[in-house]
Amino acid sequence: MTTAILKQPTQPTAVRKPNRSFVHGLITNKKALVGMIVMLVFIVLALLAPILFPGDPSRITAMASLEPSPEHWLGTTAKGQDVLALTVHGSRSSLFVGLTVGFASTFIGILVGLASAYFGKFIDEALSLVTNVFLLLPGLPLLVILAAFLPPGLGTVILVLIVTGWAGSARVLRSQALSIRSKDFVAAAVVSGERAGRIMFREILPNMASIVMGTLLACVIYGIGAQAGLEFLGLGDVSTVSWGNNLFWAGNEGALLTGSWWVFVPSGVCIALVAFALALINYAVDEVTNPRLRKIKAPKITERSAAK
Amino acid sequence: MRFILRRLGFYLIAFWASITLNFLLPRFMPGDPVSRMFARTQGKMQPEQIDALRKLLGVDDRPIWEQYIDYLHNIVTGNMGISISRFPTPVTEVISSQIGWTLLLGGTALVIAAVVGNLLGILAAWRRGGVIDSALPPVLVFIGSFPYFWLAMGALYLFGVVLGWFPIRHAFTDGLEPAFTWEFIGDVGAHLVLPALTIVLVSIGGWMLGMRNTMIATNSEDYITMAEAKGLRPGRIMLRYAARNAMLPSVTSFGMGLGFVVGGALLTEVVFAYPGVGYQLLNAVQGLDYPLMQGLFLTITAAVLLANFLVDILYVRLDPRVRSN
Repeated sequence: MTTAILKQPTQPTAVRKPNRSFVHGLITNKKALVGMIVMLVFIVLALLAPILFPGDPSRITAMASLEPSPEHWLGTTAKGQDVLALTVHGSRSSLFVGLTVGFASTFIGILVGLASAYFGKFIDEALSLVTNVFLLLPGLPLLVILAAFLPPGLGTVILVLIVTGWAGSARVLRSQALSIRSKDFVAAAVVSGERAGRIMFREILPNMASIVMGTLLACVIYGIGAQAGLEFLGLGDVSTVSWGNNLFWAGNEGALLTGSWWVFVPSGVCIALVAFALALINYAVDEVTNPRLRKIKAPKITERSAAK
Repeated sequence: MRFILRRLGFYLIAFWASITLNFLLPRFMPGDPVSRMFARTQGKMQPEQIDALRKLLGVDDRPIWEQYIDYLHNIVTGNMGISISRFPTPVTEVISSQIGWTLLLGGTALVIAAVVGNLLGILAAWRRGGVIDSALPPVLVFIGSFPYFWLAMGALYLFGVVLGWFPIRHAFTDGLEPAFTWEFIGDVGAHLVLPALTIVLVSIGGWMLGMRNTMIATNSEDYITMAEAKGLRPGRIMLRYAARNAMLPSVTSFGMGLGFVVGGALLTEVVFAYPGVGYQLLNAVQGLDYPLMQGLFLTITAAVLLANFLVDILYVRLDPRVRSN
């Protein structure tokens, strides 16, 4: 590989390099690696849940409020359900909702943010108005209000979370796109007569890749957290098994007051682990794409320059 | 000045849009709220209540534009209807008796989190790789990863139930008369500690990381090198040169935080049974008190708008680029 570069230090390899070094940087970054491993474990668990714990996880299998034992690794709830089965099955709904909400709201955010920044003037005003109106409708109160009018269900939860979630990413992406819009290379592209779509998606968007990635991760974290919060308030779809519903039932059955911490802890820790893993990846993306945030490794740089 | 007026007009439009949304929401939702409510109360509602409810939810038979004009008129004159669950108290009265607690809780938590978080961020960026920079962010991000209500319930259980250090519910001890005495203020303070502390704990990481990352960017600016070359004291460079120029994103976050103080503390208020607007909102939903729900929602919206407008004014003071544009 190195010999090839030495022989032919030409343009094509130089052009492709940033892309490869991003992935390479992400894989060699410790934070990203830990984050991705944790995420992988949860995704595998979610996929294997029906095999690991066949049958309905919320059926009653044992005595009520049993402490963790070899038979029930995480004990049982006040109803006598196996907490481990509930937790593993819960990951399915939580990850599904989180990812769906994350991708959908980031996508809307990109469209709105780019159009806003590129066209400016009236379109920017109109889109910003819509964005701000949605931004002002503060998430949880709006969720609560909508839950009061809409029939409860997983579809409602996803829809409502997207409605309340996209505006934040649109605002962040717009301000970033706005600063790139004022750069000289964009002005050059406009002058050279490139189409609007091309400038937005080929000139501006690639330059804000790290922010888009960060926004996506933040949106997924938001989706998982907001779903849990909504369900904890008893406004989700109570019939599904998810981490938020597990906590809702734990609170409803007074798990903490009777001291059965094992009912309360697992689902909360799972949400935290997923959110933390995503935050780690986000952090790593920042570090890889923004050289200023990287750790300063003075000795290594001198070593390498000495070797050259 | 032109900028401010433009923004003011913009916020008025936004407010109008949210009123309209509030008007349309119950009218286009599936199901008939009035009959749902009627079934729930099992016919115990008084005729005036049913009448008021029908009017608010647009179940009366007048054309929709007439209802809309009526609705706008009511909002402008501050008439948000009568609360159903607390009949016959007007909605505005219910809200005004509770918004103070929300502002106290959210405001305290926001100010503490913003000040401490930003200071930590400044220090972390200034001493790259130091203890604050390397040890604190992962810990704070990890704490911030937990669902807020989960941490709050954990704290409530540990410090309230098991250890008994702090009161576990409400904003002051039952039976104590609200008055400006040291006893009452101390009591309110004791009730404030746990809810405020949990919000600070969860939100401080965001402030710190945001400040740290912007400040790392400003640290490499030429004027910092220049200031160092001039031989200014490091403390002065850190605060007056680097941090001052990195403050702008934090100001925006503060404005948004200020707005969310009113509505965002919902989970806190629910977990700690704190008598603010968020707690009331959930109660209104559970009690199907639609007028109160709508009133609370409009109040929260208005608060967010106002906070954003104040930040805009502040921005003009802070950033000359906004003035010239």
